[in-house]
Amino acid sequence: MAVLQFREALKHAIDEEMARDERVFVMGEEVAEYNGAYKVTEGLLDKYGYRRVIDTPISELGFAGLGVGAAMNGLKPIVEFMTFNFAVLAADQIINHATKVKYMTGGQADCPIVFRGPNASAGQLGATHSVAYDSMYAQFPGLKVIYVSEPNDAKGLMKSAIRDENPVLFMESEQMYGLKGEVSDEEDFIIPIGKGKIKREGSDVTLVAHGKMYHLAVQAANELAKDGIECEIIDPRTVKPLDLELILQSVKKTNRCIVIDEAHPFAGFAAEIGFLIQREAFDYLDAPVLRVCLPDVNAPFSKPLFDAWLPSPKQIIDAVKQVSY
Amino acid sequence: MAKKATSDIRFAPTGIESPENGGVQKGVDLPAATKKKHKSLGLTAQQLKDMYHQMYLQRRFEERAMQQYQKGKFGGFLHLYIGQEAISTGTVFAFNNDDDIITAYRDHGWGLCRGISPNEGMAELFGKATGCSGGKGGSMHFANVKEHFWGGYGIVGGHIPIASGLAFANKYNANGRISACFFGDGAVDQGALHETMNLAQLWKLPTIFVVENNGYSMGTAAKRHTVAEIVDRAKGYGMKSAVINGMDVFSVYEKMKEIADDVREHSEPWFVEIRTYRYRGHSMSDPQKYRTKEELEEYQNIDPIERLKTYLVAEKVCKEAEISSIEEGIEDEVLAAVTFADESPFPDQSELYTDMFVEDNPYFHV
Ligand SMILES: Cc1ncc(C[n+]2csc(CCOP(=O)(O)OP(=O)(O)O)c2C)c(N)n1
Ligand SMILES: [Mg+2]
Repeated sequence: MAVLQFREALKHAIDEEMARDERVFVMGEEVAEYNGAYKVTEGLLDKYGYRRVIDTPISELGFAGLGVGAAMNGLKPIVEFMTFNFAVLAADQIINHATKVKYMTGGQADCPIVFRGPNASAGQLGATHSVAYDSMYAQFPGLKVIYVSEPNDAKGLMKSAIRDENPVLFMESEQMYGLKGEVSDEEDFIIPIGKGKIKREGSDVTLVAHGKMYHLAVQAANELAKDGIECEIIDPRTVKPLDLELILQSVKKTNRCIVIDEAHPFAGFAAEIGFLIQREAFDYLDAPVLRVCLPDVNAPFSKPLFDAWLPSPKQIIDAVKQVSY
Repeated sequence: MAKKATSDIRFAPTGIESPENGGVQKGVDLPAATKKKHKSLGLTAQQLKDMYHQMYLQRRFEERAMQQYQKGKFGGFLHLYIGQEAISTGTVFAFNNDDDIITAYRDHGWGLCRGISPNEGMAELFGKATGCSGGKGGSMHFANVKEHFWGGYGIVGGHIPIASGLAFANKYNANGRISACFFGDGAVDQGALHETMNLAQLWKLPTIFVVENNGYSMGTAAKRHTVAEIVDRAKGYGMKSAVINGMDVFSVYEKMKEIADDVREHSEPWFVEIRTYRYRGHSMSDPQKYRTKEELEEYQNIDPIERLKTYLVAEKVCKEAEISSIEEGIEDEVLAAVTFADESPFPDQSELYTDMFVEDNPYFHV
């Protein structure tokens, strides 16, 4: 085990896959000479040169689509968005093209591409820079969606994402890039897409939390443990395909579940998990599945409003207490 | 095409760190400034002093804002306009007060020019209820709609079609107003610009597309992110165009006035490239390795504020003492703004749910 920052874990994964497969290349805004807006691609230009580490203009629609074409034509692009908030401009290429080209052509063309970058909010960046997009993209068939919480998962899943022969969305967070964690130094360390993980065992209530929200769940669980409430934390790691089995096993044990999600409430990840639990484990539930997520409101700038807007450990604790009768 | 060794293949042009040339891809070359004096531009002595006041205010406001940011008084992004003040000032003096202006996130100067007081501006940066956008927007979203400043926007290129929408409404209502959209050289590469230029030319919209080419899009020199001369984009659309020296407020004023008159008279769009330079980093966390100190100094030596000051004295528009008293007044005003912002209350928690819909009691999904 080596202790790595989140950004380093990602870089190691990309580096290893670039060394392994000549078809893999990286493009995006400021990824090459500036070494990445958030330094995820630091040093890659020096190592792999200008053919494989490419700075793009601010043309999200253009370079995302260019990635789709390059993927169809035999390459394996890793397209970095400075954040997924800007990938909205490229949504046509992701949603209408990357996910559909194989199907529309009756299987003639594949699209093995990774779209990656930070997702959701990162402090007071205002309404247009703060949206969590994992639930939205997971709605569309033909995409795998990953939103990880820890360096180890980042490394193992990034390697899987790059090797995958389908379009994969890989989400990170500006606020987690500096986060340190133990990362496996196993040679060729891979975590399969679609496998969640029990990150804390407990018997009283299941917390399902991914991405940045995982860390809030940990804080809440630590607090609750002081009151003798033991939470089991499941980090699905992959939003789609979803490791429902793992969640269900836990819920069948604890009989209670809170989903913590950084998206707005309507038709989001939390809504989906809640629905699936009632369908598959109705008889096991001792309380309704609750969710802690963003309000149905845009991100405000002002600090106290922003703090009220973002899910907090306190809200998780309240939700847990509400179902722990 | 002959087969090349793969190691020779490259896509993006290389820049300052290039092992090939190691040279700086210089941001911008400035066109000549106007030779006209203020009287032949139709500017009075009072207007010149007001221009100086405005430019100096923008500069000191941002220098103080930067200090407050570094002290941790507020968070988020802070993109400074320092170096580019002649553009906002020259334009606003050239336009009618009800002409519509919209810009990107580098917006403080524009806000101050269009009626946002230093108090309201500083309070917005601090996220206070007394800010121009009630603390909800912050640095990137200054706005003063009643004075036809439609705000700063954070998605690069996102506000470009909106400017043409403002112009569409003006033409629709035959109200004689024009609109102008200000955006960076980086935004030139967005599809939104090209779709909108076609629409605006096709529909003869009274609007001006203005690139504030400050040489860099974040850490990328203009010549590394966009082909040919930016102003030549106009040719493909048969659009009238101009290049302006943005380090000289007279040049901006002169040309923007001509253009505004032309747009108003003919209801036809213009595409304008104003060349300038940003002195500070892109935002507050930018090590600026992509440019040289010498390049920065070259532009600081032709600073637009110093230039106007020199002119004021040389042409005997006012004495040094009068300039000093303008400067001192601004200094006090900006310091008072910091105190005002500091002492103002944060918005009430209930404000989280206001301004989402027009109804008093809108539906929120829970
Ligand atoms: C669609 C989109 N992509 C990327 C960004 C991140 N970003 C913010 S500003 C910027 C550079 C823009 O440069 P330019 O247009 O030249 O304006 P300047 O900052 O020089 O005023 C980038 C890449 C963004 N805000 N929106
Ligand atoms: Mg620029």
